[in-house]
Amino acid sequence: MMRKRSIIPIVYIVFLMLPIYWLVSMSFKTTNEILSGFSLFPQTFTVDSYVAIFTDPTWYWGYINSIIYVSLNTVISIFVALPAAYAFSRYRFLGDKQLFFWLLTNRMAPAAVFALPFFQLYSSIQIFDTHLAVALAHTLFNVPLAVWILEGFMRGIPKELDETAYVDGYSFPRFFTTIFLPNIKAGVGVAAFFCFMFSWVEMLLAKTLTAVEAKPIAAVMTRTASSAGYELGLLAAAGTLTIIPGAIVIWFVRNYIARGFAMGRV
Amino acid sequence: MKTENQRAWFFVLPVLFLVAFNALVPMMTVVNYSVQETFGNNQFFWQGLDWFEQILRSDRFQAALGRQFLFTGIILAIEVPLGIIIALSMPRKGFWVPVCLVLMALPMLIPWNVVGAMWNIFALPKIGMLGYFMNDVLGVNYDMTQDPLAAWITIIVMDVWHWTSLVVLLCYAGLVSIPDAYYQAAKIDGASAWSVFRYIQLPKMKTVLTIAILLRFMDSFNIYTEPFVLTGGGPGNSTTLLSIDLVKIALGQFDLGPAAAMSLIYFAITLLVSWVFYVVMTKDDQ
Amino acid sequence: MAEIKLSNLKHSYFPAPKGPDDFALKEIDVTWRDGGAYALLGPSGCGKSTLLNIISGLLTPSEGRVLFGDQDVTELEPDKRNIAQVFQFPVIYDTMTVRQNLAFPLKNRGVDEATIARRVAEIAEMLDVTEMLDTRAAGLSPDNKQKISMGRGLVRDDVNVVMFDEPLTVIDPHLKWKLRSKLKELHQRIAVTMIYVTHDQTEALTFADEVVVMQDGVVVQIGTPVELFERPQHTFVGHFIGSPGMNILPCEARGDHASFAGHSVNLEGPVQGAGGSTELGIRPEYVSVADQGVPATVTKVSDVGRHFVIDAMVGETRLKVVSEHSAPEQGSAVHLAFRPDQTRVYRDGWIATEARS
Repeated sequence: MMRKRSIIPIVYIVFLMLPIYWLVSMSFKTTNEILSGFSLFPQTFTVDSYVAIFTDPTWYWGYINSIIYVSLNTVISIFVALPAAYAFSRYRFLGDKQLFFWLLTNRMAPAAVFALPFFQLYSSIQIFDTHLAVALAHTLFNVPLAVWILEGFMRGIPKELDETAYVDGYSFPRFFTTIFLPNIKAGVGVAAFFCFMFSWVEMLLAKTLTAVEAKPIAAVMTRTASSAGYELGLLAAAGTLTIIPGAIVIWFVRNYIARGFAMGRV
Repeated sequence: MKTENQRAWFFVLPVLFLVAFNALVPMMTVVNYSVQETFGNNQFFWQGLDWFEQILRSDRFQAALGRQFLFTGIILAIEVPLGIIIALSMPRKGFWVPVCLVLMALPMLIPWNVVGAMWNIFALPKIGMLGYFMNDVLGVNYDMTQDPLAAWITIIVMDVWHWTSLVVLLCYAGLVSIPDAYYQAAKIDGASAWSVFRYIQLPKMKTVLTIAILLRFMDSFNIYTEPFVLTGGGPGNSTTLLSIDLVKIALGQFDLGPAAAMSLIYFAITLLVSWVFYVVMTKDDQ
Repeated sequence: MAEIKLSNLKHSYFPAPKGPDDFALKEIDVTWRDGGAYALLGPSGCGKSTLLNIISGLLTPSEGRVLFGDQDVTELEPDKRNIAQVFQFPVIYDTMTVRQNLAFPLKNRGVDEATIARRVAEIAEMLDVTEMLDTRAAGLSPDNKQKISMGRGLVRDDVNVVMFDEPLTVIDPHLKWKLRSKLKELHQRIAVTMIYVTHDQTEALTFADEVVVMQDGVVVQIGTPVELFERPQHTFVGHFIGSPGMNILPCEARGDHASFAGHSVNLEGPVQGAGGSTELGIRPEYVSVADQGVPATVTKVSDVGRHFVIDAMVGETRLKVVSEHSAPEQGSAVHLAFRPDQTRVYRDGWIATEARS
């Protein structure tokens, strides 16, 4: 049954898809066709831009670099956030509220504020231009977010679960890994998804903290845009390829999206 | 109920170390720079609060701050109501729901520079779909590299495109948590559609809406990459928002003192406004 | 205020139902007397909530009519039907005060301020919530919230029926009893038809004058609590009502007696019809340990306070006996006697014996 007001989400989704369609369509056009004027569909369909990307190491290493630091960041963020979220969801301790709030303030920090000091800090400990540098920098806003999301999900698990496990003679590490974690796996999935997402889309810090070795795809794209002139087809193909990892990841958490975006707080 | 346990600190130590290393050390650097003047060679001179005064008095900062508030105000005024309307008109169950949600979330998963580049290509006169449509179909003179108004409209439409889904998804999460019985009771009580919204849907969306508004405020206030790639802050300085200006000063001109002072003022404003939002929106809870 | 009549109701949640299994309600004909206190009893998934939603108008039945008095309301919207419904989980408007909550249904119907104030005061007094009228409804305890949602149903003086959909599910056990007697009291004060849906027989039997028992989308029996207990029309009713439920034993029917495990058992009357599968039904209360009768072995004896419940095996068949005073040893061999006027034969589930009057 089609209701009249379904028209609103449909129009909205069409609006969302238009620029994406344009990007994808452009990636299959020749440079000539792009510059010669407007065409809704590629007239001479070509995959040259994609071939160029997959045969040029600077291009595809851009992707690999991005994926490495994003994964590294996700793993670090979840690992440190899990015990902290557990503590916040289960215990009261001296300064807990202040600590929680201070963590969240880091989520509010403009990345531009941290660009220069991070550059200096990481240079001084000699991790500038490594994947670790970007991964660490991104933990600044991903760890607070992960703690917040996980705490929301853990709060929904009754404390009796913990107590029963202790009565049954489980040690804390065994309880945490074999009983507690499986109960909040949706929350872990959502938190990992957000870490992945924010690390994948953030570019200012990623660009500032890398030069050659760990250069993310974004930096490769900017360089191409300026040095190779107006290679719009190539740029569009590179852009299209950056959408794919996000699309794959979100498909895995599709059933938790709504609750996930509410940080488990509904 | 939570139990008192000071040993819980051991659980938060990893987070504490990591974030302290990442946030405190750079913050101290920033504070340090903000009160000193440097002439290179690592020579620093005590400068007191001069940089702060200079920044706060400068027309350039005030103009960027003004643009920033204008931008954030406009996108909140569009995205929040629009997001609520879309969430309200979404079906509550069925095969299409996950498909809709995935499609809606897609723009948020695109790297921010790609978002900027994408809209740049989209809006190019003659070549881009939007540019072609505006200039050649509607006959409006639309070129964001020349016209500040066109640049502003493009940036705002881009942000609406990029982030309205966040509001939609949050509100939707709030809406699906309302049991059917509420709607049924309202029907039996003879409530109008407006009453249902005012007394059932809006109260249930309050928490998520608070999160949505806070996140949208913080993220739009800190926005950098998308408008920078789209317009580069131009034409002229017309779309130079706070972050763009700050990066120009810090990494472009390497004026460390003023940049550091500006960073702190910037951060303080973000915190202050977030806090005010939070207090205002949660004050009826007591 | 009027009699409510459901005629030939069928409902399926599928747009094109294929067989009887696709129907949540199979064939319902029930008349609810004006001012009666009814309970709609059945296990989860038997269709009782569907039936309730059809009466309230939240659902339109696939087939059949709903009549309020002479008016056919089958297609009418819920707010036009003058009904009230109380849901399983208390529905209150969080942002309003208790007073505003109670006034809400009247306000929506454009009732004048003076009448609203008077009705709200009356209802609040009846429900003992007068002192909390001006507090925010969000902070109330679950039982008070449920009282407020009942109040919103009762505040209109023109309601045809008030329906309760398992209203005590989230209430603490010690308050359940209080709220239930409050309901009973309310029914006596304002003689409006009430339909109380539950899967709990105690709730149904204590609240209602008449109980409608449902199973698998079919009404299996309508009767007073005593009738349901004394003479179940269907083995399901016998089994579902009573604790422990009726013994349902395989048997062969022969005129006015039945053969169970090779022993002849006297019945309340002659058996009607033929064919199908026949079962013997007798409540544990009417089986007794005797000197002669059907030989059995005692497998378990439980002391439940006022009486003993004895589990016994007759051949391969298990049955239960309620004994008031004494109980035999576990493992001992006994004889069981069935009280003839309470022993019946059921054919394909439905009662087949005719009582001798």
